[in-house]
Amino acid sequence: MAAATRLSVRNIHKSFGAHEVLRGISLDAHDGDVISLLGASGSGKSTFLRCINLLETADQGEIVVDGERIEMTVRNGRNMPVSRKQIDRIRAELGMVFQSFNLWSHMTILDNAIEGPVHVLKRPRAECIAEAEALLEKVGIAEKRHAYPAHLSGGQQQRAAIARALAMKPKVMLFDEPTSALDPELVGEVLRVMRSLAEEGMTMLVVTHEMSFARNVSNRVIFMRSGEIDSDGAPEELFGKGGSPAFRQFIGTFGS
Amino acid sequence: MDFPFLFQTMKTLLAALPMTLALFSLSVLFGGLLALLIVWMRVGGNPVLSRFARGYIFIFRGSPLLIQMFLVFYGLGQFGFIRHSFVWPALREPFVCAVLSLALCTAGYTAEIFRFGLRAVQPREIEAARAIGMSGFLLVRRIIAPIAFRHALPAYSTEIVMMVKSTALASLVTVWEVTGVAQRLIAQTYRTMEVFLCAAIIYLVLNFLILQAMALIEHRLSPHRRAAVSLVPGGLPVSR
Ligand SMILES: Nc1ncnc2c1ncn2[C@@H]1O[C@H](COP(=O)(O)OP(=O)(O)OP(=O)(O)O)[C@@H](O)[C@H]1O
Ligand SMILES: [Mg+2]
Repeated sequence: MAAATRLSVRNIHKSFGAHEVLRGISLDAHDGDVISLLGASGSGKSTFLRCINLLETADQGEIVVDGERIEMTVRNGRNMPVSRKQIDRIRAELGMVFQSFNLWSHMTILDNAIEGPVHVLKRPRAECIAEAEALLEKVGIAEKRHAYPAHLSGGQQQRAAIARALAMKPKVMLFDEPTSALDPELVGEVLRVMRSLAEEGMTMLVVTHEMSFARNVSNRVIFMRSGEIDSDGAPEELFGKGGSPAFRQFIGTFGS
Repeated sequence: MDFPFLFQTMKTLLAALPMTLALFSLSVLFGGLLALLIVWMRVGGNPVLSRFARGYIFIFRGSPLLIQMFLVFYGLGQFGFIRHSFVWPALREPFVCAVLSLALCTAGYTAEIFRFGLRAVQPREIEAARAIGMSGFLLVRRIIAPIAFRHALPAYSTEIVMMVKSTALASLVTVWEVTGVAQRLIAQTYRTMEVFLCAAIIYLVLNFLILQAMALIEHRLSPHRRAAVSLVPGGLPVSR
């Protein structure tokens, strides 16, 4: 019995002006999949992730989140979502973790974590606080819950951002280079949190340059090149003999 | 020094303080609300509204408040459609005219102050809010406005203090607030120095209190910009 499809993306195209950044990307993520997205700078990884939760609007293509298809229409020659409401609902089901954390600077860590559940999902505050505290405990920053983002290290901020995303109980987590802005000694603490999420069966799409994560944690690796999927397969396969020459060359630059 | 006279003067002037406070608070309130509308027009993306807001801001910041007040007080009655409309009984009142022109003027300044506050909101914080499903008014209320207001607060404090002082102009359209009453006292007693000194002291104390209150609000709203040490009750920050 195949696991349920949490995310299904079909034939996404996206251009910025004349520059075609995504040229027909498709992928399915099943329950519990941990997919690493690799690729050189400028290959369109971030753009792809941002198209999934409509922070960018794809010019063409279909996105289905946990069985719900995002309705698109063409208005004034541009592809657009039909319903603002549906987009907000879909976004609430997709957790996004940014390279630069993007915590809300005027709120404590705990307030960051309960903001979505309380004000977007409109759930009872006390319940949200209890859950958020458990999440902060889980990512190892419970004692920082009353501190403000500016007073935390990058690694702590990123773990807080992960907790904030998890507090929405997302169906799929999207990570855009979550460790790239961190000092090397702080990368491990964030990767450990991501690894334990993966082990709990969270469906994850991770743009990363951490080859160890791609190799050892994810169950599937996708290598993007100039807006297309170049290679796609299990890490053993791609890092073994299966990768394309371009992929070999790419991982060569990481010294692995 | 004639202390009994000073005391008597103080008493008379303080009796006019409620009028000064009423002018001040109503014009700050309505001016603030109007400023929100103008800043929304200014940055909302509609080119016509944006042009209108720019023009508004230019006119009310670029011309003397006193002239604006005279135009409202003496000018509005020139228009038949205003004189015959239901608002005329109100607009005939000097107090209403004074509040109106003070509010119109401060709205121009406040709109610019709020706009600079808005510019300080980081796009990535807005993006993070969108990413959890916030949009529209909720996004403004929970993320954009609180951050923008915190940034705007120091400049806004200055504007509020200016407004306290600007209420003095209302005396020239026959509103009996502190300065107006001071001038009447001088006309009766010819003791310019003492009376104006008393009036100045009232404004100074008032502004002192307002600045203290604003500083307190600012302090309350910006723990995230202070050193971490003061955050943890009992002293040192907990580190891992
Ligand atoms: N908003 C935008 N406007 C114009 N061009 C953009 C925009 N966003 C991205 N691009 C361009 O699209 C291309 C792909 O960018 P993207 O950020 O998706 O790459 P990436 O694979 O995430 O790279 P990196 O590893 O550096 O993060 C780049 O050439 C970039 O300059
Ligand atoms: Mg990127």
